[in-house]
Amino acid sequence: MAKNSLIGGSIWEEYSQKVQDLMNHPQNMGELTEDDAKNEGGKLIIADFGAESCGDAVRLYWIVDEATEVIKQAKFKSFGCGTAIASSDTMAELCKGKTVSEAVKITNIDVEKAMRDTPDVPAVPPQKMHCSVMAYDVIKAAAASYKGVDAASFEDDVIVCECARVSLGTIKEVIKINNLKTIEEITNYTKAGAFCKSCIKPGGHEAREHYLVDILRDTRAEMDHDHLLAISDSKIEGSNTVNFDDLTVVKKFQQIEAVIDENIRPMLVMDGGNLEILDIKEGGDGMSDVYIRYLGACSGCASSSTGTLFAIEAVLQEKLSKNIRILPV
Amino acid sequence: MRVYLDNNATTIVDPKVFAEMVPYFCQMYGNPNSLHEFGSESHPALRKAMDQLYAGINASDEDDIVITSCATESNNWVIKSIYNDYILNGDKDHIITSEVEHPAVGASCKFLESLGVKVTYLPVNSDGVIDVEDLKNAITDTTALVSIMWANNETGMLFPIEEIGAICKERGVLFHTDAVQAIGKVPVDVKKVYVDFLSFSAHKFHGPKGIGALYIRNGQPLSPFFHGGEHMGGRRSGTLNVASIVGMGRAMELAVEALDFEKSNVRRLRDKLEDALLEIPEMMVIGTKEQRVPNTILVSVKGIEGEAMLWDLNQSGIGASTGSACASEALESNPVMEAIGAEADLAHTALRLSLSRFTTEEEIDFAIDVIQKAVIRLRAISSTYAYAPEWHVSKL
Repeated sequence: MAKNSLIGGSIWEEYSQKVQDLMNHPQNMGELTEDDAKNEGGKLIIADFGAESCGDAVRLYWIVDEATEVIKQAKFKSFGCGTAIASSDTMAELCKGKTVSEAVKITNIDVEKAMRDTPDVPAVPPQKMHCSVMAYDVIKAAAASYKGVDAASFEDDVIVCECARVSLGTIKEVIKINNLKTIEEITNYTKAGAFCKSCIKPGGHEAREHYLVDILRDTRAEMDHDHLLAISDSKIEGSNTVNFDDLTVVKKFQQIEAVIDENIRPMLVMDGGNLEILDIKEGGDGMSDVYIRYLGACSGCASSSTGTLFAIEAVLQEKLSKNIRILPV
Repeated sequence: MRVYLDNNATTIVDPKVFAEMVPYFCQMYGNPNSLHEFGSESHPALRKAMDQLYAGINASDEDDIVITSCATESNNWVIKSIYNDYILNGDKDHIITSEVEHPAVGASCKFLESLGVKVTYLPVNSDGVIDVEDLKNAITDTTALVSIMWANNETGMLFPIEEIGAICKERGVLFHTDAVQAIGKVPVDVKKVYVDFLSFSAHKFHGPKGIGALYIRNGQPLSPFFHGGEHMGGRRSGTLNVASIVGMGRAMELAVEALDFEKSNVRRLRDKLEDALLEIPEMMVIGTKEQRVPNTILVSVKGIEGEAMLWDLNQSGIGASTGSACASEALESNPVMEAIGAEADLAHTALRLSLSRFTTEEEIDFAIDVIQKAVIRLRAISSTYAYAPEWHVSKL
C-alpha cells in the first residue's frame, strides 16, 4: 500500500502511448485465409486461446513458409480489453519474420517490453499483465498446431485455474520470470484465481488438484534452491553469476577472506602485522559490516584506524561490493 | 462533445445546490456545536436541511435521520450494529440479503460470516430480482436482519420493497434497505413502505460527494459505529459537515421535485437510447423497462469485452461503466450478470449506461451514433463474433 494505491484512479493513465495507439489502430488485426496462404506460398495456421466466458480470447493466424519455417504473415482477432488488443497486435508483429521455433520463445515480457515508450516504464499496470500472457500462450498453440504436436510439448498441460484456463507451467514460469511473491501478483499477471477463486487455496466451492498458495511456495523454494546452487557454483573471484550482496554470510566470508589473502594480508605481513575476520553482520542500511581484529604490529599501529583501515575497505569495495564496511574491534 | 452516462456512479452537483453550500465555507464556518455566534449562525440552515431530508423520504419527527459520510458507511453501520446488538449476546445469529447487493452490504455480510454469523444470500431471477417466497422461506426464529436494496445499481431493477417490508414487519425481523439508487428516481416514502433502516448518499442525486445518511425508525436499536463525541445526539460523532449537509438537504428537495420529470423526460431519453441499442444485432438489456428506475440500462454487447467498449466510448467523449464503478479496476466479470444466470459468454460484455435529469436529447443522439460505431469497430476485431455485415454497412 502506498499513496498512489490509496488514491486509486484510472488504470488507463498507466498505459503507454504505444498501447493507446495500438488500441485505437491495431496494425495486424484481421484474418488470413487459405487463399492468402496459397498466394504467399505458405501454410495457414489458425490457433485459439482463452474463451469469452473468461473475459479474454485471442485467435492467431500465421502463414508459415514450410521450407524455412519462417512466419511470413501474422494477424490476430481478439475478444478482450484494449490491452488485450494492443498485446495481441504486438505479439503478431513480433512473430513476423521469425521461425516457428524462434516465435515460441517470445514471452509475455517481450510483448510488454515492446509496447513500452521508454525502457524503464512498464507499458501497462500490473493487473493488466495477463493480457500479454494470453499472447504468449496463443503462440504456443499456433506452434503446436504447425508442428503437429501437443501444446503440452511447449508447456505443462495441467490446468490450475479452469476459469481463466491457466496452466501449471505458465504459473510457474510467470512466477520465475517476474520474481512474483504474492498470490495477488500471480492473479494480476495470469488471471489465475481472479474468478471463482477455487484455485487459490483449499476450501473454495470446488476442490482443485493444485492450489496457487502451494505452487507459489514450492516455486519460490525452487528459486531459492537454484539461487543457492548458483552461489555455490560461483567462483571466488570474478564471478558475474551472483552479486556479492545476494550471497549467504558464509559465502561472503569466503570471498572476503580470499580478497584479503591475495591483496591485503601480504602487505600487512611485510610490516609484521596481520588481521583476522571476527564476524560479518548485515547492517539495517543494506551494508555488510565486517568486524576485524588487527594482529601483530598492526594492533598497536596508529594508522590502523585511518589509512590502513581505509585501504582495506577500499580494496574490498572495489573487488566485491561498495556495500562493505570494515569495523575494527 | 462530452456525454456523461455514468450517473449511477455519481452525478453532477446541481448548481442550485452548490450555490446554497457556498456561504458555509468562508462566511458561516463556525462549528455548529460551539457556544458562540460563529457556531450558532449555521443552525437555521442545518435545521432546514434536516427538514428537507425528513420531508424527502416522509419520515416522522420521532424517527432519526443520522448524517453519515455516505451510504457505504450507513450500510456497514447497520449490519455491524446488528452483530453487536443481537448476535454477540446469542439472541440471533442470522442475516438475510441478496446475491446482487452493493459490496457495502455484501462484503459487510461476508465479514460477519467470518465472525460466525449465518448469512443467506437470496438468488435472483433472470431480471435480477429476488422472489419474495424465497425470502419468506429463509426467515427463521434466529433471523436478526433482512437487508435488501431498493433498486439495483447495475440493472436499475426495482425490488418488491413494499412486500419485503410487510413480510419483515409481520415476522418481527428488522429490515434495512440500501436506497442509494432509488432516491431521486422513484418515490421513497417510509410511511408507505415499512423499513427500519434506510441508507442513501447525496452524490447520487446531484448533491455533494462524501455525505450521506441513515434513516432509523423510531425505537429501533443501533449501537454507535464511532465512539467519542456527542454529535447527532450521540449516535454518530464527528464535527458536522455543515456545507455538505445543507447541500444534501437542498439536493433532496430538488430531487423530489424532479420525480415527475424523471418519470417522463429522463425515461423517454433512456427508452430512446435503449430502443436504438436494441436495433443493433445481438444486444440484450437486463430487465423490463417498467420495473426499472427510469435512468438505467444494463446492456450486454455480444462479442465485445466491456472495458474495450468503455475505451472506445471514452475516446469519443462518452463516460459509461462496465458495472459498479467502485470495482471498475477489478478483473472479474460483472457479478450481477453472473447472479442473474446470464450465459457465461456474456458475463464480460456488460455496459451500464445511466442518465440524469441533466442529460439532453442531443447527448443521447450523439451517444447512439458513437455506440453504433464502437460496436462495428470492436466486433470487426473480435475473435468470438462473426459480425453482421448488412447491419454494419447500413450504419457506416
